[in-house]
Amino acid sequence: MSAQIATDAAPAIASYNFAYLDEQTKRMIRRAILKAIAIPGYQVPFASREMPMPYGWGTGGVQVTAAIIGPEDVLKVIDQGADDTTNAVSIRAFFAKVANVATTTRTMEATIIQTRHRIPETKLSAGQVLVYQVPIPEPLRFLEPRETETRKMHALEEYGLMHVKLYEDIARHGEISTTYAYPVMVEGRYVMDPSPTPKFDNPKMHRSEALQLFGAGREKRIYAVPPFTEVVSLDFEDHPFEIQTFDRPCALCAAENVYLDEVVLDDSGGRMFVCSDTDHCEDRRAQGHRGEMAGHPLETAK
Amino acid sequence: MYVAVKGGEAAIANAHRLLASRRRGDASVPALTLEQIAGQLALGVDRVMGEGSLYDPELAALAIKQSRGDLIEAVFLLRAYRTTLPRFGYSEPVDTGAMVIERRVSAVFKDLPGGQLLGPTFDYTHRLLDPELAGDHPVAEPVRGEAPSEKALRVSDILAGDGLIEENLPSEEDSDVADITRTALEFPLGRDARLQALARGDEGFLLALGYSTQRGYARSHPFAGEIRIGEVAVEMVLPELGFAVCIGRVRLTECQMVNQFKGSAKVPPQFTTGYGLVFGQAERKAMAMALCDRALRAAELGEDITAPAQDEEFVISHSDNVQATGFVEHLKLPHYVDFQAELDLVRRMRAEHAAAQATGRQDIATDASREAAE
Repeated sequence: MSAQIATDAAPAIASYNFAYLDEQTKRMIRRAILKAIAIPGYQVPFASREMPMPYGWGTGGVQVTAAIIGPEDVLKVIDQGADDTTNAVSIRAFFAKVANVATTTRTMEATIIQTRHRIPETKLSAGQVLVYQVPIPEPLRFLEPRETETRKMHALEEYGLMHVKLYEDIARHGEISTTYAYPVMVEGRYVMDPSPTPKFDNPKMHRSEALQLFGAGREKRIYAVPPFTEVVSLDFEDHPFEIQTFDRPCALCAAENVYLDEVVLDDSGGRMFVCSDTDHCEDRRAQGHRGEMAGHPLETAK
Repeated sequence: MYVAVKGGEAAIANAHRLLASRRRGDASVPALTLEQIAGQLALGVDRVMGEGSLYDPELAALAIKQSRGDLIEAVFLLRAYRTTLPRFGYSEPVDTGAMVIERRVSAVFKDLPGGQLLGPTFDYTHRLLDPELAGDHPVAEPVRGEAPSEKALRVSDILAGDGLIEENLPSEEDSDVADITRTALEFPLGRDARLQALARGDEGFLLALGYSTQRGYARSHPFAGEIRIGEVAVEMVLPELGFAVCIGRVRLTECQMVNQFKGSAKVPPQFTTGYGLVFGQAERKAMAMALCDRALRAAELGEDITAPAQDEEFVISHSDNVQATGFVEHLKLPHYVDFQAELDLVRRMRAEHAAAQATGRQDIATDASREAAE
């Protein structure tokens, strides 16, 4: 990313404030965040700014992070669960540059974790903030394209359409065929899009000790799940919510009950399954856990 | 052995280094100067200023150079800079009636006060490639005429005298003008917010929508009432002074479309207008904007909403090319976590389908479709 950070450039081009955004903008965003925390799951409109990275590439998350980050914070950025995916590298470098903050890849050490598409496997603790990048904040959007309508539906708690959609899934496929961005009910009031995380991660949101903030830059919405908030995935009594399961452990660290990425090894159907959360995987390997393809004898004790 | 797609800071740095080299091109050829871009690619600069919502030819030229001539990327660069600038306040409304006109044409009158003035236009040029332009041939000095003695009234002002056209009523004294860069859009929009969004909207998108209204999707019988291009003074009230002073001049293109209106129970038949106003010389954009503005007034005028160009949420939500390009291009980002979830589902459903086929049941659909990746 070629951010236009020109603190040392010709005087004709201005330098930028701490964490890029000016203080007025940060105040506006913080007010939106406070409102979002006060009404868990409610989408608060905010005057999203143009950021020096494209809309759809995490501008909402970046604005939320920029509004809450301080010089003492330690930032971790992940995309697909990995710290070394290109966009995560780019966003981490952005904050290292404009806010001069410490960065880390270790989930435990981070005070702020900005994420796209995953929630870390390591349980988050009080004092940590998880900032989600959100493309389409409206869980009802693909059922009703109009904002004027969906706002009304939220106001009236009119979520029948969503239940009908899930029911039709079951009628047609025998199961709910939503695998990511699986809708949740927050504190018994608002249906919320958890961002396009796999439904595997939904249970981690429930009564999490960490503060969860969601930023959608292009759609100009911020919402939040405060610590210890009820987050329930929508389901039916006879079709309870289920998460994905994998029939093998991570090939590198032998972890079970984690989300795995399928890596294509060759053109003859060779595959391996490894942890999507790279920090979690590295941590386990550092502790001596070995998977079948880690280049060491297979771990025996789990 | 196992190497995940390691983005890696080194790879990104190297990619950008290659970009810088490609941008510069052949080093034996002199680099473009900003003066050359602003002076000789002025309409590109104007487009970037308009859709970037920042009137600064030098920065727009820099953005075009930096973006290798990709104008949407240049618009994006300018927007990302603009958003960091402090907001001192708002100017007084500019008076386009007092414009120092370089071009002014009206299609609805043969002649009118102030005259028809072609100005620097591509109209009536024959689109034959000119080999001379490949070199640097001297160009004749433009012909200069007398300054017009009479005021070039705007066409809406001419027609207003007869009550034939709707009045442009000034907004209420103390009502604040909308600012779409400082508040989230809330539909339905006021016309001020809508015009702001259209003014920074993508030229190609508005052109296509405006065109669709001419082809019968919300036809409104438009006439180019007037198009004028020139400089206007920008005035601002300074709190210390208590009155408005001129703080500079900007070049604008203004278009007033005049459209038929059959009238309603309250209003007799009269002409209505669609309005376009854009930074710089951007006639196509101003005309397309005026067509779209008129189409979007359907609800206000009690017309049936039947076509895409009349649908405010549809038009305004998709007119911003910085938003559009970002979201379309974000599909390049890794999505493998969600894809994994879909793979798992499709495999399972295929297995069930095969099992059903084997047992003679044919009624299980394999529609595993899901919205586009997010």
